[in-house]
Amino acid sequence: MRMVTPLSRVLGLGAAGTGTEAFWRQRVTSVAAIPLTLFLIFASLYLAGSDHDSAAAFLAHPLVAVTLALTIVVYAVHMRLGMEEIIVDYVHAPGPKFVSIVLNTFYAVAVAAVCLFALLSIAFGN
Amino acid sequence: MIPSDPRVARPLSPHLQIFRPILTMVMSIAHRITGGALYFGMLIPAVWLVGAASGAEWYDAINRVFASLPGRVVLFGFTWALMHHMLGGIRHLVWDVGYGFEIRSAQWMARATLVGSIGLTALIWLGAWGIGVL
Repeated sequence: MRMVTPLSRVLGLGAAGTGTEAFWRQRVTSVAAIPLTLFLIFASLYLAGSDHDSAAAFLAHPLVAVTLALTIVVYAVHMRLGMEEIIVDYVHAPGPKFVSIVLNTFYAVAVAAVCLFALLSIAFGN
Repeated sequence: MIPSDPRVARPLSPHLQIFRPILTMVMSIAHRITGGALYFGMLIPAVWLVGAASGAEWYDAINRVFASLPGRVVLFGFTWALMHHMLGGIRHLVWDVGYGFEIRSAQWMARATLVGSIGLTALIWLGAWGIGVL
Protein backbone atom coordinates (compact mmCIF):
# COMPACT_ATOMS: atom_id res chain seq x y z
CA MET A 1 0.00 0.00 0.00
CA ARG A 2 1.32 3.38 -0.96
CA MET A 3 1.44 5.75 1.97
CA VAL A 4 0.64 8.85 -0.05
CA THR A 5 -2.59 10.72 -0.55
CA PRO A 6 -4.04 10.90 -4.09
CA LEU A 7 -3.25 14.62 -4.10
CA SER A 8 0.43 14.28 -3.28
CA ARG A 9 0.68 11.45 -5.78
CA VAL A 10 -0.30 13.69 -8.68
CA LEU A 11 1.36 16.89 -7.50
CA GLY A 12 4.48 17.54 -9.53
CA LEU A 13 4.48 14.29 -11.44
CA GLY A 14 0.97 14.19 -12.89
CA ALA A 15 -1.00 11.20 -14.09
CA ALA A 16 1.87 9.93 -16.25
CA GLY A 17 4.01 9.30 -13.17
CA THR A 18 7.06 10.97 -14.67
CA GLY A 19 8.22 14.52 -15.08
CA THR A 20 8.82 16.74 -18.07
CA GLU A 21 11.73 14.68 -19.37
CA ALA A 22 9.80 13.20 -22.30
CA PHE A 23 8.40 16.60 -23.27
CA TRP A 24 11.83 18.21 -23.21
CA ARG A 25 13.53 15.35 -25.07
CA GLN A 26 10.82 15.52 -27.76
CA ARG A 27 11.53 19.26 -28.22
CA VAL A 28 15.32 18.87 -28.30
CA THR A 29 15.13 16.08 -30.89
CA SER A 30 12.64 18.09 -32.98
CA VAL A 31 15.02 21.06 -33.10
CA ALA A 32 17.90 18.76 -34.05
CA ALA A 33 15.72 17.05 -36.65
CA ILE A 34 15.19 20.22 -38.71
CA PRO A 35 18.74 20.63 -40.14
CA LEU A 36 19.21 16.85 -40.17
CA THR A 37 16.06 16.40 -42.26
CA LEU A 38 17.20 19.04 -44.74
CA PHE A 39 20.50 17.17 -45.06
CA LEU A 40 18.62 13.88 -45.48
CA ILE A 41 16.68 15.37 -48.41
CA PHE A 42 19.90 16.61 -50.01
CA ALA A 43 21.59 13.22 -49.48
CA SER A 44 18.56 11.33 -50.83
CA LEU A 45 18.51 13.44 -54.01
CA TYR A 46 22.22 12.82 -54.50
CA LEU A 47 21.87 9.09 -53.84
CA ALA A 48 18.81 8.69 -56.06
CA GLY A 49 21.00 9.22 -59.09
CA SER A 50 23.94 7.06 -58.01
CA ASP A 51 24.94 3.51 -58.78
CA HIS A 52 26.04 1.29 -55.91
CA ASP A 53 29.73 2.25 -55.97
CA SER A 54 29.22 6.00 -55.90
CA ALA A 55 26.39 5.65 -53.34
CA ALA A 56 28.66 3.59 -51.07
CA ALA A 57 31.51 6.09 -51.52
CA PHE A 58 29.17 8.98 -50.62
CA LEU A 59 27.76 7.14 -47.57
CA ALA A 60 31.29 6.26 -46.45
CA HIS A 61 32.37 9.90 -46.30
CA PRO A 62 32.84 10.72 -42.59
CA LEU A 63 30.67 13.84 -42.68
CA VAL A 64 27.85 12.03 -44.44
CA ALA A 65 28.11 8.88 -42.31
CA VAL A 66 28.18 10.81 -39.02
CA THR A 67 25.36 13.17 -40.04
CA LEU A 68 23.15 10.28 -41.14
CA ALA A 69 23.99 8.34 -37.96
CA LEU A 70 22.95 11.36 -35.89
CA THR A 71 19.76 11.62 -37.94
CA ILE A 72 18.90 8.00 -37.19
CA VAL A 73 19.49 8.39 -33.45
CA VAL A 74 17.50 11.65 -33.29
CA TYR A 75 14.63 10.18 -35.34
CA ALA A 76 14.57 7.00 -33.25
CA VAL A 77 14.34 8.88 -29.95
CA HIS A 78 11.75 11.30 -31.38
CA MET A 79 9.53 8.64 -32.96
CA ARG A 80 9.62 6.45 -29.87
CA LEU A 81 8.38 9.36 -27.73
CA GLY A 82 5.78 10.37 -30.31
CA MET A 83 4.34 6.88 -30.62
CA GLU A 84 4.33 6.50 -26.83
CA GLU A 85 2.21 9.66 -26.65
CA ILE A 86 -0.20 8.20 -29.21
CA ILE A 87 -0.34 4.89 -27.31
CA VAL A 88 -1.15 6.45 -23.93
CA ASP A 89 -3.81 8.60 -25.61
CA TYR A 90 -5.68 5.68 -27.18
CA VAL A 91 -4.75 2.48 -25.34
CA HIS A 92 -6.21 2.65 -21.85
CA ALA A 93 -6.26 -0.97 -20.64
CA PRO A 94 -3.13 -1.43 -18.50
CA GLY A 95 -2.00 -4.73 -20.09
CA PRO A 96 -2.20 -3.74 -23.78
CA LYS A 97 -0.82 -0.31 -22.91
CA PHE A 98 2.23 -1.82 -21.20
CA VAL A 99 2.82 -4.26 -24.07
CA SER A 100 2.46 -1.53 -26.72
CA ILE A 101 4.87 0.78 -24.93
CA VAL A 102 7.50 -1.97 -24.66
CA LEU A 103 7.01 -3.06 -28.31
CA ASN A 104 7.28 0.59 -29.33
CA THR A 105 10.68 0.84 -27.65
CA PHE A 106 11.79 -2.43 -29.26
CA TYR A 107 10.77 -1.15 -32.71
CA ALA A 108 12.55 2.20 -32.35
CA VAL A 109 15.75 0.59 -31.06
CA ALA A 110 15.64 -2.13 -33.74
CA VAL A 111 15.21 0.38 -36.60
CA ALA A 112 18.08 2.47 -35.23
CA ALA A 113 20.32 -0.58 -34.75
CA VAL A 114 19.69 -1.87 -38.29
CA CYS A 115 20.31 1.55 -39.87
CA LEU A 116 23.44 2.23 -37.82
CA PHE A 117 24.87 -1.20 -38.53
CA ALA A 118 24.27 -0.75 -42.27
CA LEU A 119 25.89 2.70 -42.20
CA LEU A 120 28.95 1.50 -40.27
CA SER A 121 29.26 -1.53 -42.48
CA ILE A 122 29.35 0.73 -45.56
CA ALA A 123 31.67 3.25 -43.91
CA PHE A 124 34.19 0.60 -42.88
CA GLY A 125 34.01 -1.13 -46.26
CA ASN A 126 31.82 -4.13 -45.36
CA MET B 1 -13.75 14.31 0.72
CA ILE B 2 -14.81 10.85 -0.42
CA PRO B 3 -13.19 9.91 -3.77
CA SER B 4 -15.77 9.41 -6.50
CA ASP B 5 -16.26 5.92 -7.90
CA PRO B 6 -14.34 5.83 -11.21
CA ARG B 7 -16.49 2.94 -12.47
CA VAL B 8 -19.58 5.10 -12.79
CA ALA B 9 -20.18 5.95 -16.44
CA ARG B 10 -19.94 9.70 -16.62
CA PRO B 11 -20.52 11.97 -19.60
CA LEU B 12 -17.29 12.61 -21.46
CA SER B 13 -16.23 15.94 -22.83
CA PRO B 14 -17.18 16.39 -26.50
CA HIS B 15 -14.61 14.92 -28.84
CA LEU B 16 -13.67 15.01 -32.53
CA GLN B 17 -16.96 13.82 -33.95
CA ILE B 18 -18.88 16.61 -32.20
CA PHE B 19 -16.97 19.57 -33.61
CA ARG B 20 -17.10 21.02 -37.10
CA PRO B 21 -13.64 20.48 -38.59
CA ILE B 22 -11.58 23.67 -38.62
CA LEU B 23 -8.18 24.18 -40.19
CA THR B 24 -6.10 24.29 -36.99
CA MET B 25 -7.79 21.13 -35.75
CA VAL B 26 -7.28 19.30 -39.05
CA MET B 27 -3.60 20.35 -39.04
CA SER B 28 -3.24 19.04 -35.49
CA ILE B 29 -4.69 15.67 -36.55
CA ALA B 30 -2.53 15.70 -39.68
CA HIS B 31 0.55 16.26 -37.50
CA ARG B 32 -0.20 13.12 -35.53
CA ILE B 33 -1.10 11.06 -38.61
CA THR B 34 2.04 12.11 -40.50
CA GLY B 35 4.09 11.34 -37.38
CA GLY B 36 2.56 7.87 -37.19
CA ALA B 37 3.11 7.32 -40.92
CA LEU B 38 6.76 8.39 -40.64
CA TYR B 39 7.20 6.00 -37.70
CA PHE B 40 6.43 3.05 -39.99
CA GLY B 41 7.94 4.88 -42.98
CA MET B 42 11.34 4.67 -41.27
CA LEU B 43 11.40 1.10 -42.59
CA ILE B 44 12.05 2.65 -46.03
CA PRO B 45 15.46 4.19 -45.21
CA ALA B 46 16.22 1.08 -43.11
CA VAL B 47 15.58 -1.29 -46.03
CA TRP B 48 17.41 1.05 -48.38
CA LEU B 49 20.51 1.30 -46.14
CA VAL B 50 20.61 -2.46 -45.62
CA GLY B 51 20.38 -2.83 -49.41
CA ALA B 52 23.28 -0.42 -49.89
CA ALA B 53 25.31 -2.38 -47.32
CA SER B 54 24.50 -5.71 -48.99
CA GLY B 55 26.19 -5.02 -52.30
CA ALA B 56 25.32 -3.84 -55.80
CA GLU B 57 22.81 -6.60 -56.57
CA TRP B 58 20.62 -5.90 -53.57
CA TYR B 59 21.02 -2.17 -54.00
CA ASP B 60 19.88 -2.28 -57.62
CA ALA B 61 16.95 -4.58 -56.80
CA ILE B 62 15.72 -2.23 -54.05
CA ASN B 63 16.15 0.80 -56.27
CA ARG B 64 14.02 -0.92 -58.92
CA VAL B 65 11.23 -1.31 -56.37
CA PHE B 66 11.51 2.38 -55.42
CA ALA B 67 11.55 3.38 -59.10
CA SER B 68 8.29 1.51 -59.82
CA LEU B 69 5.06 3.49 -59.79
CA PRO B 70 3.85 2.15 -56.40
CA GLY B 71 7.35 2.73 -55.04
CA ARG B 72 7.32 6.32 -56.21
CA VAL B 73 3.86 6.93 -54.79
CA VAL B 74 5.08 5.69 -51.39
CA LEU B 75 8.26 7.80 -51.59
CA PHE B 76 6.22 10.85 -52.62
CA GLY B 77 3.90 10.28 -49.65
CA PHE B 78 6.90 9.83 -47.37
CA THR B 79 8.38 13.12 -48.62
CA TRP B 80 5.13 14.98 -48.03
CA ALA B 81 4.63 13.45 -44.56
CA LEU B 82 8.22 14.39 -43.63
CA MET B 83 7.82 17.98 -44.82
CA HIS B 84 4.40 18.35 -43.23
CA HIS B 85 5.57 16.95 -39.90
CA MET B 86 8.69 19.15 -39.99
CA LEU B 87 6.73 22.35 -40.65
CA GLY B 88 4.01 21.31 -38.18
CA GLY B 89 6.78 20.70 -35.65
CA ILE B 90 8.24 24.17 -36.23
CA ARG B 91 4.73 25.54 -35.59
CA HIS B 92 4.69 23.66 -32.29
CA LEU B 93 8.14 25.03 -31.38
CA VAL B 94 6.84 28.56 -32.01
CA TRP B 95 3.96 27.85 -29.61
CA ASP B 96 6.40 26.31 -27.10
CA VAL B 97 8.30 29.58 -26.82
CA GLY B 98 5.04 31.45 -26.30
CA TYR B 99 4.15 32.96 -29.66
CA GLY B 100 1.39 32.45 -32.22
CA PHE B 101 -1.55 31.79 -29.91
CA GLU B 102 -3.81 34.49 -31.39
CA ILE B 103 -6.48 32.96 -33.63
CA ARG B 104 -5.23 34.84 -36.67
CA SER B 105 -1.60 33.71 -36.18
CA ALA B 106 -2.65 30.13 -35.45
CA GLN B 107 -4.71 30.06 -38.64
CA TRP B 108 -1.92 31.69 -40.62
CA MET B 109 0.59 29.10 -39.37
CA ALA B 110 -1.83 26.26 -40.14
CA ARG B 111 -2.19 27.51 -43.72
CA ALA B 112 1.57 28.05 -44.03
CA THR B 113 2.18 24.47 -42.85
CA LEU B 114 -0.13 23.04 -45.49
CA VAL B 115 1.01 25.29 -48.34
CA GLY B 116 4.65 24.96 -47.29
CA SER B 117 4.57 21.16 -47.08
CA ILE B 118 3.00 20.86 -50.53
CA GLY B 119 5.43 23.48 -51.90
CA LEU B 120 8.53 21.83 -50.42
CA THR B 121 7.43 18.39 -51.61
CA ALA B 122 6.87 19.75 -55.12
CA LEU B 123 10.25 21.51 -54.99
CA ILE B 124 12.08 18.33 -53.93
CA TRP B 125 10.45 16.22 -56.64
CA LEU B 126 10.93 18.91 -59.28
CA GLY B 127 14.56 19.03 -58.16
CA ALA B 128 14.82 15.26 -58.56
CA TRP B 129 13.31 15.58 -62.02
CA GLY B 130 15.56 18.54 -62.82
CA ILE B 131 18.78 16.67 -62.00
CA GLY B 132 17.51 13.71 -63.99
CA VAL B 133 17.04 11.09 -61.30
CA LEU B 134 13.33 10.54 -61.86
